[in-house]
Amino acid sequence: MEQRIGTRLGDGGRIEMTSSEIHAEIEDGVAAAVKRAKVPPLVADEIDHLCEIFSSSARFSAVDYGEEVILSSDGTCSLDAGSSVENLISYQNDLGADILELGTADYSYRAVKAIVTSETQTVKVALLNTVAPLNYGAMPDLGRYSRPDGPIANWSELMPLGKIDEARAAQEEAVEMAVDDMMFVCDHMWEAGADGIDFDTAGASGDADLLATLRTVERLRERYPDMGLQVGMSSEMVLGMHGELEYHGRRLAGMWPHDQMLVVQKAGATIFGPAVNTNTTRSVAWNTARACTLIKPCMADAEIPVHPNVGMGVCGVPMNAVPPHDAVSRAATVMVEILKIDGL
Amino acid sequence: MHASHAIAAGMGGMRTTGDLVARMQVTRGMRLSPAKDYVAAKLGVSRRDLSDPVAMRDVRRELGLGILAVDELGFPDEPGAIEAKFRIAEVLDVPINSVERFRERARWARGPSDRKES
Repeated sequence: MEQRIGTRLGDGGRIEMTSSEIHAEIEDGVAAAVKRAKVPPLVADEIDHLCEIFSSSARFSAVDYGEEVILSSDGTCSLDAGSSVENLISYQNDLGADILELGTADYSYRAVKAIVTSETQTVKVALLNTVAPLNYGAMPDLGRYSRPDGPIANWSELMPLGKIDEARAAQEEAVEMAVDDMMFVCDHMWEAGADGIDFDTAGASGDADLLATLRTVERLRERYPDMGLQVGMSSEMVLGMHGELEYHGRRLAGMWPHDQMLVVQKAGATIFGPAVNTNTTRSVAWNTARACTLIKPCMADAEIPVHPNVGMGVCGVPMNAVPPHDAVSRAATVMVEILKIDGL
Repeated sequence: MHASHAIAAGMGGMRTTGDLVARMQVTRGMRLSPAKDYVAAKLGVSRRDLSDPVAMRDVRRELGLGILAVDELGFPDEPGAIEAKFRIAEVLDVPINSVERFRERARWARGPSDRKES
């Protein structure tokens, strides 16, 4: 009788599977990605290696010596202790962070605009006290511009009424406002001395959200040739909330990681972070195999570093407030060893 | 979760050269392999040394690139954070925004001898 190995579901819950069942899960995860995004499957050696990693009963998995990658971060501005600067020093000194990110709890550029003076002062203090490169990060957060939070008509309310043209016009108006706000904040952060900017969860409000990010990145690159520009995606496919928006002739709605990487790179970003959603009802082996298959096409064509988002609920990491080490370390190991990523 | 990633696959930040390789990604958009080659060449070490905390502590100390203070030892004569970044900019030959801003605000064009008279 085949030995049963402890593993997990995408919600973090413990399950047991045999090695044959894990192999079948991985093949099914690959097939799901191929069917959904029309990408090539992983090859047999890659599937076997995935199976080897997930069939281990060790409580931790790690890459080989010399294969280590850069560890960037996003959304790390919730305070574990003390001030945000103390938090950054802890990330640098205790957690081995290679790139730091400073942000505020209301993690949205529109919100930061109102407190930019105090935020830039925090950036200045942080820069005097840290060595690792420091990004300022927040979300483009286009939804914040629609009523009742913002001044623009709510496109999510207009669409069900059949007011498609009005919904599209509202999103286009929001893009202009978001670009202005993000430029305002980023200009201040560069003046304060930040090494770069992180646009976290780009595309969270759909294609217009991503367009606002790309236009901002393009303008920042033109203005500041040495500014670090990290664009992390919100999900695996860009939702077509508008549906007709294009960037340099490419339709944004429906883009998968490979095409997302091409437009982010074209805009002038220095780091691209794809995100693949975790299915909580499938195993972590299935989820990681699916994520690998969706991201793999990026790796051959990328001219800039690719740092997959391997945080809570993405790229094979369980959707749980306390993601277990066994699952997180396996997801990290797989991303490095199968995809040859540039960072996490 | 950050700790899991750092131990499973991270370069190690200031414990090694993770912050230096990262700087080439952030500022120059270099992919991982050329960034590691670049930093290894600038420091005169092998790629394997880049993620070895023992080897790199000596190199960082020798070059003034900043080291982590450990509780049993104090290093008042070693560069602190912003001071280390001046050396990193020089050794890696890469602009660091906070260093440029520091010079600008200290009315310090190049070095101490170039300090502008107000």
